[in-house]
Amino acid sequence: MKQFFSFVKKEFYHIWRDKRTMFILLGMPVVQIVIFGFALTNEVKNSQIAILDNAKDEVSSTIITQLDASKYFEIRQNLHSYPEIEKAFEAGKIKMAIVFPQNFSEDLHHLNKAQIQLVADASDPNVANILTNYATAIIGDYQRRINTNTMLPYTIDTETRMLYNPQLKGAYNFVPGVMAMVLLLVCTMMTAITIVKEKEMGTMEIMLVSPMKPIMVIIAKAVPYLLLSIINIASILLLSVYVLEVPINGSIVLLVFESILFTLVSLSLGLLISSGAESQQTAMFISLVALFLPTVMLSGFMFPVENMPLPLRIISNIVPAKWYYSIVKSVMIKGLGLKVIWKETLILTGMMLFFLTLAIRKFKIRLA
Amino acid sequence: MQAVIKADKLSKHFGHFTAVNKISFEVAPGEIFGFLGANGAGKTTAMRMLCGLSIPTSGTATVAGFDVYKQTEEIKRNIGYMSQKFSLYEDLTVLENIRFYGGIYGLSDRDLQQKSEALITRLNLQNEAKKLVGSLPLGWKQKLSFSVAVLHEPKIVFLDEPTGGVDPVTRRQFWDLIYEVADRGITVFVTTHYMDEAEYCNRVSIMVDGSIEALDTPPKLKQQFSANSMDEVFYELARGAKRSE
Amino acid sequence: MVTLDKLSKTYNKGSVLAVDKVSFEVNKGELFGLIGPDGAGKTSIFRMLTTLLLPDEGSATVDGFDIVKDYKSIRNTVGYMPGRFSLYQDLSVEENLNFFATIFNTTIEENYDLIKDIYVQIEPFKDRKAGKLSGGMKQKLALSCALIHRPTILFLDEPTTGVDAVSRKEFWEMLKRLKTQGITILVSTPYMDEATLCDRIALIQSGKILSIDTPQNIVDAYPDKLFAIKAESIYYLLNDLRAYTKVKGCFTFGEFVHISFKDKSATNEPELLAYLKEKGHKNIEIKAVTPGIEDCFIRLMTEETN
Repeated sequence: MKQFFSFVKKEFYHIWRDKRTMFILLGMPVVQIVIFGFALTNEVKNSQIAILDNAKDEVSSTIITQLDASKYFEIRQNLHSYPEIEKAFEAGKIKMAIVFPQNFSEDLHHLNKAQIQLVADASDPNVANILTNYATAIIGDYQRRINTNTMLPYTIDTETRMLYNPQLKGAYNFVPGVMAMVLLLVCTMMTAITIVKEKEMGTMEIMLVSPMKPIMVIIAKAVPYLLLSIINIASILLLSVYVLEVPINGSIVLLVFESILFTLVSLSLGLLISSGAESQQTAMFISLVALFLPTVMLSGFMFPVENMPLPLRIISNIVPAKWYYSIVKSVMIKGLGLKVIWKETLILTGMMLFFLTLAIRKFKIRLA
Repeated sequence: MQAVIKADKLSKHFGHFTAVNKISFEVAPGEIFGFLGANGAGKTTAMRMLCGLSIPTSGTATVAGFDVYKQTEEIKRNIGYMSQKFSLYEDLTVLENIRFYGGIYGLSDRDLQQKSEALITRLNLQNEAKKLVGSLPLGWKQKLSFSVAVLHEPKIVFLDEPTGGVDPVTRRQFWDLIYEVADRGITVFVTTHYMDEAEYCNRVSIMVDGSIEALDTPPKLKQQFSANSMDEVFYELARGAKRSE
Repeated sequence: MVTLDKLSKTYNKGSVLAVDKVSFEVNKGELFGLIGPDGAGKTSIFRMLTTLLLPDEGSATVDGFDIVKDYKSIRNTVGYMPGRFSLYQDLSVEENLNFFATIFNTTIEENYDLIKDIYVQIEPFKDRKAGKLSGGMKQKLALSCALIHRPTILFLDEPTTGVDAVSRKEFWEMLKRLKTQGITILVSTPYMDEATLCDRIALIQSGKILSIDTPQNIVDAYPDKLFAIKAESIYYLLNDLRAYTKVKGCFTFGEFVHISFKDKSATNEPELLAYLKEKGHKNIEIKAVTPGIEDCFIRLMTEETN
């Protein structure tokens, strides 16, 4: 055990003395959260929109007032005909137009169903998506309020995707994503690199020709990165709660537990990569291509998995980050408990055991 | 005859550290000049300055008639360089390596054709010409690497520990190549850890702690230090060294 | 202490034969040198003996343990210093030593007497990072680390490569002192002049052992009379000697050229002298010399290739 602790201490020296890398590892999550957070929230504040109100009735003007009152929209123009919409977009004056049909309130009151058309500038799909979501949410908000006073529910037809995001915060989507990305980067890539570095330096040779058990070498190398990751988890959560004002709706203990589970999966993956790679570049390249890209592309954090073609949807199942992303969303944002995420938890545990066994079996007790 | 390397009080400082301290010497055309020194004596720094890779802090030097401060590009065109570490592309064939380096120095196709044939014949590499350099024994690589370094007929060739780890027979074959190019008038500037190789040089300089402490022909140096071999001369001088790398 | 029996190693699926049926024994307390150029197979042999590589054929034991079956026991007893500097560059001298002591379940204090001679020389720099040490000091630290657990056998793979002549001399003096402590030492080197510092040596080339004996016996076994010749231009002297049909071997050694004649009985020197004078050589000097290990190596090597 003394050997083990001595090894862990040595690892901390390595990390501590390479200040630049250490600051990158600890600073990266902070910077990412802040940049993502502010970039996204600023983007959609006070967006210029135009209204084509063909109904000009009580309901439409109430909704328009509410849209205008929100901090996300600013009504720049009132339009009078469809062709004007295109002109307004072409002039670059507006980011979205909202169209009320002629018989809006009549439809709503008599058929209990009415439609509002949202026209957004899809040349920037992210912004367009966010804006339509916000508008939909505000309309949905109105709809809920009028429904409390009636027997028969009214429906205003718009897609309400922001069901669990009543405050309309973009941060909700990327906090789990950044967590997955950062943990993967710190654990997988750094663990792989640090072990391969020992091979490159020739120190692994001496470690092998010593009473230290190879498995101990591996675990001792992983421990510091586990601790670093816990610090990162803490800093991401603190930042999201206090700076981005994204509350943790579910159990924080559960969230931390799941994050550590994901960290362990990443560590096992790092160990697995290190057993195959002979140079630091190879280790880095494998980590980036085989893990980082799928995490960004297939975890659902950047692009919704549901909209992907079937082959990609199937592949996304083997991306650990997908399950972690779904867990964090459930616990942090939806406030759900283990009852709902047991399946994801089980999958991650299975993955960890699988990768770890593979890594240990593949670990070379000799040089070739 | 006009010297091809002239250094006068050449110095290089890194902050407060004086890596090379006012070294002065001249090397004649076709001379084999041994540049010795303990680890950290400043050999590599001095050699870098002469190759136009590092600007001196003070002093003057010309290499092949060009100034080491201002005409580094001209210097690079007129020298060849080979070291134990930098040698050839292991994943290219012998012929491809020769063509590549010839191309870098702007040899014409006809020249290149003729020279690569001559080189391959000289080194007895006819059967290996199309093989990857990585598959050749170390000694062959080093000989090939040297021949490629003088392919463009430079005025001077710099050799940084060219024979480290090479077997004794190949090491001597390597020196045959050195003698040949020196006989053609190419100046050879060489560093080595093998003291018997110091004896093969026309003149030898020994650096200690950044300064040249001795510079003469091997027989005269042995006489000066009343030593039997260059090994003893070197030991006598380098023993007093204060610093190392 | 160490026995090798027809040990072989190939790489790249058998296409490269690195070690070819090598057999030898190293006795307890011996300073044994494995001498040969880069690529001769020295490192492969060392790595097999330190259980880092599996042999393709043959067997070997270290301190009575089989290198394949009992690899764990060997790893507990031997000391190993790889060819490259293999310590942690970002740890200080003292941290490195402490670390290796703990890894080997011991403390610096426990075996300090063994490394004292070596360690005192680097102790003034004990807070310096290992990466900032000079070549000679790195070597001393690496040796201290390899010795800290009082190994029964010490494997030193090319400890003097790339090190200047002064540090090399110091290093061999340290080894001599270690020998008196009863540690068996196996050392490899490409420098032929270091051979005479060993008790026994094995000359190795292209994976094959050329000769195993004491340095003196190897020199004594040199079959020809050897002469050293010197003249003003060594290059032209070499060319003329090679053209001279009665000369067998002809290799430069420092300022001299070592030659032997095909006809052992005849006195060839006067004739050669006349030939060289005719060729216009000045200040010719011919003398009989006793061969060195390098002469023997060259001879054995050329015999092997023919």
